[in-house]
Amino acid sequence: MSELISKYLPNVASLGWSGDSGWGTAIFQTLYMTFWPAVIGGLLGLVFGLALVLTKEGGILANRVWFNICDKVVSFFRAIPFIILLAFIAPFTQLIVGTQIGTTAALVPLSLGVFPFFARQVEVALESVDRGKIEAAQALGATNLDIIFDVYLSEARAELVRVSTVTLISLIGLTAMAGAIGAGGLGNTAIAYGYNRFNNDVTVVATLLVLILVLIVQLVGDWLTKRLNHQVR
Amino acid sequence: MPSIIDLDHVTVSFGDLTAVSDVLIKVEKGDVYGIVGYSGAGKSTLVRTINLLQQPTSGTVTVAGTPLFKDGQPQLAGAALQEKRRTIGMIFQHFNLLNEVTVIENVAFALKHSKLDDDAIEAKCTRLLDLVGLADKADNYPIQLSGGEQQRVAIARALANDPEILISDEATSALDPQNTNQILDLLKRLNKELGLTIILITHEMDAVKKVANKIAVMEHGHVVEQGDLKEVYLRPQAELTRQFVGGSLAAADTLKAFHLGQLGENEQLYQVVFSAQTVTKSIILELYKQVGVDVSMLYGNIEVLGDEPVGTMFILVTGSADQQARVEKLLASYQVEVTKVDGGILA
Repeated sequence: MSELISKYLPNVASLGWSGDSGWGTAIFQTLYMTFWPAVIGGLLGLVFGLALVLTKEGGILANRVWFNICDKVVSFFRAIPFIILLAFIAPFTQLIVGTQIGTTAALVPLSLGVFPFFARQVEVALESVDRGKIEAAQALGATNLDIIFDVYLSEARAELVRVSTVTLISLIGLTAMAGAIGAGGLGNTAIAYGYNRFNNDVTVVATLLVLILVLIVQLVGDWLTKRLNHQVR
Repeated sequence: MPSIIDLDHVTVSFGDLTAVSDVLIKVEKGDVYGIVGYSGAGKSTLVRTINLLQQPTSGTVTVAGTPLFKDGQPQLAGAALQEKRRTIGMIFQHFNLLNEVTVIENVAFALKHSKLDDDAIEAKCTRLLDLVGLADKADNYPIQLSGGEQQRVAIARALANDPEILISDEATSALDPQNTNQILDLLKRLNKELGLTIILITHEMDAVKKVANKIAVMEHGHVVEQGDLKEVYLRPQAELTRQFVGGSLAAADTLKAFHLGQLGENEQLYQVVFSAQTVTKSIILELYKQVGVDVSMLYGNIEVLGDEPVGTMFILVTGSADQQARVEKLLASYQVEVTKVDGGILA
């Protein structure tokens, strides 16, 4: 196996497994840069998505001021192209993680880059919950927390998993750009060690690895969505 | 005794649009109060003021002695309002069950803030499902149930906190006739057995005829007519009521469509409305035997209001003026409503 790789994909083999430029390192960095922004950006997105739906006119906590604040924050961050966001928030990144470059530094812009996208998706997912269900819960004397957890989040859970899958895949796409601030990852391998050095075999293998990662996320996401759904759609 | 629900000059406006206009309705404990009207008449908006799902613009809403809305202000909010709402059950046209949890969990959701422990909650939910005939479906998901079954789950859920009042907002409108009848029978049974006061909003008069004892007819946010079901049925005043209620005026419409011709010299047309339970003698036969007039029936119809069969018939009596007078006297001695009808409707 390793002989075959050395023979047909010489540049792939020369990068090795570990070390700064190794494949193992790049795969780990991509997973690392996907996982933490997914958690942090996911939570932020969920909170903002919920806030948008709850404070919207006709929502259970309708409040024009809060709605406008959330709406503008989400729109603002969505409007900034990610590659610019990386540079734009560098001072903020420095403040949070103590450095502007490297894999950990990339977590901050990645989280901020993915949260507005997710917030909008969550907003759409939660709005798919029939208003009648909210009204029925209110008529039963449910508290706002009951409505958030037992109606909105519970009823939209399949839809939330679906939009999370979409967001996760788009996040994997964003990690490829993090190489711009020295964060490494498969995207960086494809560009820095593949494309820039005319090592096409490296580019192809890095791309395939990203594709496999996306495929796994998609399959698991689809399976979960189906599993969690007890409604006809 | 004070009314259990007292809507006093209730108005609901949305900007320029007045959805409910100065409505007065009093519901007594144990009533099944039907509110009918076309969609957009303001029925749903009106009943939503009973549990403050909709805030009135003005007026007073009092439920079981507790003022909910008064002097342009809601009187309850937060936890107190939530607690009050648990005493007012509500069911909806589209059931509004939680689809991602099982049937029994749907019922248990209503008991989330009850003081019962988990075992007691489970026992109560099972008992409620038993009451609506769905104990064997406890662990199914709503989507696996038929529409009628889903509505029965919704009823079990609405009854979980032992409410005194149940609001039914077009609860049978999405169901087929068989399921509709099952739900109406269930509501009637709950009314009788639990003494549940029911507000029944619908655009189907048949539903109201079947279970209600009182009725209000709404149009453009106004209540155009209200009162005892039989009373309104027998003597509808408003044009809309006639369209909905049918009753004696609708019978006249049917007769008109036949174009039977002119009344003869000695002929007189009467409309007789009677309760089939109180009339045991054959009116036509009695008129012939006692007055000696010739009586022919042009139209007859019996409808069931609540539990009471009510009949309407048009009879053509041939006889002299003197005989006609005796006919009227005789008819008046029965427990029937008699109206002399102008022959013009036969033309």
